[in-house]
Amino acid sequence: MRLIILLSGLLALILAATMPVSADEAELRAVIAKFSEAKKFSQTEAVIEELQALGDTDAVPTLNALSDGLLQVRESDGAVFIIKGDGETVDLLDPLTREAAGTAPGADLRKVKVKNSIRRLIADVVSGLTLRARNSAVRLEAAETMFSRPDPAMIATLDGVIAEETDAGVKTAFMQARAAAVLQSDLPEADKLDAIALMRDRGGRDVLPILTAIGASTQSDAIRAASREAIASIEESMMFWDAGQNILYGVSLGSVLLLAAIGLAITFGVMGVINMAHGEMVMLGAYTTFVVQEFIRTSAPWAFDYSLAIALPLAFCVSGAAGLVMERGIIRFLYGRPLETLLATWGVSLILQQAVRTIFGPTNREVGNPSWMSGSFEVGELLITTNRLWIVVFSGVVFAILLLVLKRTRFGLQMRAVTQNRPMASSMGIATPWVDAFTFALGSGIAGIAGVALSQIDNVSPNLGQGYIIDSFMVVVFGGVGNLWGTLVGAMTLGIANKFLEPYAGAVLAKIFILVLIILFIQKRPRGLFALKGRSVEA
Amino acid sequence: MNFIRKTMAGVFASAALAAATLVPSAQAQEDTIKVGVLHSLSGTMAISETTLKDVMLMLIDEQNKKGGLLGKKLEAVVVDPASDWPLFAEKARELITADKVAAVFGCWTSVSRKSVLPVFEELDSILFYPVQYEGEESQRNVFYTGAAPNQQAIPAVDYLMNEEGVERWVLAGTDYVYPRTTNKILEAYLKAKGVAPDDIMINYTPFGHSDWQTIVSDIKAFGSAGKKTAVVSTINGDANVPFYKELGNQGISASDIPVVAFSVGEEELAGLDTAPLVGHLAAWNYFQSVDTPENAAFIKEWKARMGENRVTNDPMEAHYIGFNMWVKAVEKAGTTDADAVIAALPGIQAPNLTGGMSTMLPNHHITKPVLIGEIQDDGQFEVVSETEDLVPGDAWSDYLPESKPLKSDWVELNCGNYNTETKTCLGGS
Repeated sequence: MRLIILLSGLLALILAATMPVSADEAELRAVIAKFSEAKKFSQTEAVIEELQALGDTDAVPTLNALSDGLLQVRESDGAVFIIKGDGETVDLLDPLTREAAGTAPGADLRKVKVKNSIRRLIADVVSGLTLRARNSAVRLEAAETMFSRPDPAMIATLDGVIAEETDAGVKTAFMQARAAAVLQSDLPEADKLDAIALMRDRGGRDVLPILTAIGASTQSDAIRAASREAIASIEESMMFWDAGQNILYGVSLGSVLLLAAIGLAITFGVMGVINMAHGEMVMLGAYTTFVVQEFIRTSAPWAFDYSLAIALPLAFCVSGAAGLVMERGIIRFLYGRPLETLLATWGVSLILQQAVRTIFGPTNREVGNPSWMSGSFEVGELLITTNRLWIVVFSGVVFAILLLVLKRTRFGLQMRAVTQNRPMASSMGIATPWVDAFTFALGSGIAGIAGVALSQIDNVSPNLGQGYIIDSFMVVVFGGVGNLWGTLVGAMTLGIANKFLEPYAGAVLAKIFILVLIILFIQKRPRGLFALKGRSVEA
Repeated sequence: MNFIRKTMAGVFASAALAAATLVPSAQAQEDTIKVGVLHSLSGTMAISETTLKDVMLMLIDEQNKKGGLLGKKLEAVVVDPASDWPLFAEKARELITADKVAAVFGCWTSVSRKSVLPVFEELDSILFYPVQYEGEESQRNVFYTGAAPNQQAIPAVDYLMNEEGVERWVLAGTDYVYPRTTNKILEAYLKAKGVAPDDIMINYTPFGHSDWQTIVSDIKAFGSAGKKTAVVSTINGDANVPFYKELGNQGISASDIPVVAFSVGEEELAGLDTAPLVGHLAAWNYFQSVDTPENAAFIKEWKARMGENRVTNDPMEAHYIGFNMWVKAVEKAGTTDADAVIAALPGIQAPNLTGGMSTMLPNHHITKPVLIGEIQDDGQFEVVSETEDLVPGDAWSDYLPESKPLKSDWVELNCGNYNTETKTCLGGS
């Protein structure tokens, strides 16, 4: 350890000796070195303000590292570095040049502490320093930060920047940031009216508070009228977007319901088995995802983005096999006795839950989102989160495949034959017990696949399945027992209705309203939205 | 449906229990002191409570290594109330009457505590309750080692107000007694501090709520009114993970709208990728990251026993303090007799893990430091604010008109809800 310190000290000496150190750089380094003595948040803030006063863009990487908690102090000599990597020893980088400066054991490093208010200060300082950055994306970010926290003192600087700016998009962003600052300044009425017009063109939710504030504080009637009118026009267009956003949320909730219910649509809907262990099949799928990810983390970290693709077939097999064993071992003895089936499958669900709790522990397990499933993007004013979007797509694909299997394959044909008229199918030479077994396995396997998807948005805990079992039965009964299309329409209707009720009634009441609506609906149409006609209904 | 569920749960739980309790009690000798552990090992609360059972077993083992108590060995009697509130009362009765335990350490949710209260009162035994709770209660047989609202919620709000400059508040909670009472206190407190009713948004969600899209976008909209906004979260248990995931996905960062949580600790974060959550806050009386020799020793022993990946959290520390206080009180009283120990407990001091000495107060609450921590990307918290002195727990909030005149003092007044205006003891609870 001492050797490393010696070596890195030597390296620093050599670096210092060989590199031409400008006066500016020396000054910058002297300020950055003060981070090592900043033990209190107020001291850290003072050093950041000193860096801001120097106005040198070279300080930006240091500040960004500080914000991310990567700026650390070597305890042995108080030198400040940006660190890279984690574990026993980490790589040290020079805070200014970001060149390698040796390694140090993690225990010898102390993080320069930051908190939210310091992160905000850094964002402001960095945006001020990067107004003329070479990269247009960095400039755009600087403009956005300035827009969100406008400062009238920056107007003159922004005027200069706007005159120099060549990128049209970035220029608009700077103009908007300037307008936001103008509205808080003492500039004459004409300037403010121009700024309000600019705000109105920009639109969007984040403009509203600025306009509301100016409308409330101004003395001038013209400004008040202009801001009121701008707010009205923005709110009008927002209403349209809000409705769109609600439908989107509803579709997303509907697709989650569909995924959870679609396996049940087979086991309960087609076969008529009241399967209380359906939720646990979903849970098994989620735990399969966890096991796959654990394996990948330890043996092939590069494959993490593919973990879900690997987990899908495995989850189908695991849950399908569990379903097969359950059907052969328990359910087949209980056909035609729904109450006993209910009790037996419910017992199975308890056994599976406790088994998982014993093997994996009672606490939540971390299932990571692959990078392509994290974050969000905006379409107009609609915010679409990537993981929800993928789940909508995924549930659609699962639905389509299942429909194809039922309608276009030999197995699907046999399955429908058995459910519609068992004695007739049997006398046509179909081995009905095995069709039953594999139908149940298919339903369970689909539930397992749903578990892979749900692991991305929910807890992976032994209780995972319980949260979905009631909703699943609700969807299947509402949609019409025995009809896949009914399940689809049922899931989407419930999802969207829930999301339109939620803003008015709150999450708790919305759920109760939905249940009341279903009860009333079932009174009117006891067989759900799409009633199936045929002998199986009577059976 | 529900009755089947309940009976079945009962049958399963008692079967498991018979297996768990029969073995140790068969070997039990007369010269042991029995300690009851009443935490759910199955059902929805197992996620949080199993850890507390493990920490109790560890503390009891440790005490036995030091030679036991009053010359006798301690013996843990573990029962599983299976997250079923009425079962808590049954199991408590069983522990006290059949197993004859000297004290019980247990419960997590407020409704489970409320369900066992009459049992402890009737059979005159002792319960140590280790979880932060809504206050508005002080019972002779119960010792509250978790935080009262003035030891967690109020200091957290003060921090946001003073350090982050928050002017607009979202109070989001799960729909049950703890969040509802805490939010009632907080709302009264905020209004007393001059916050306009328009600047407070209160939102409740069902247990295990998993679809947070609408609520998170509502919070976002509420937060874009030009005033600094923060979320005070009393969301419980499993619902937190999807809530934080949705926050991260909708791009709400801690520097825009910080969330301060009262029910999210190291254990809850263990099931979560915390990178998008860096900077969100939690208020507790203990964090695993606190750098003291006592804490280092505690963590080392916990990891040696349970595995490297396990974390420690605030209710575990509460049990650590509570257990040590009970041991000292029994030593002081020279007996495990409930009345003698209850009389001995107020005034007893025991070290907490953050480097201070906690004291049991006459109102059966304890003194604790209040820490505010920011979530880090390794799933730990970094302390950004700490009270200088220990804060004494207040059973009856001063911010609710109905509880303002109430005072709890079991030493001088022998009353849990003495009305200082009418000079009478209301009695009852």
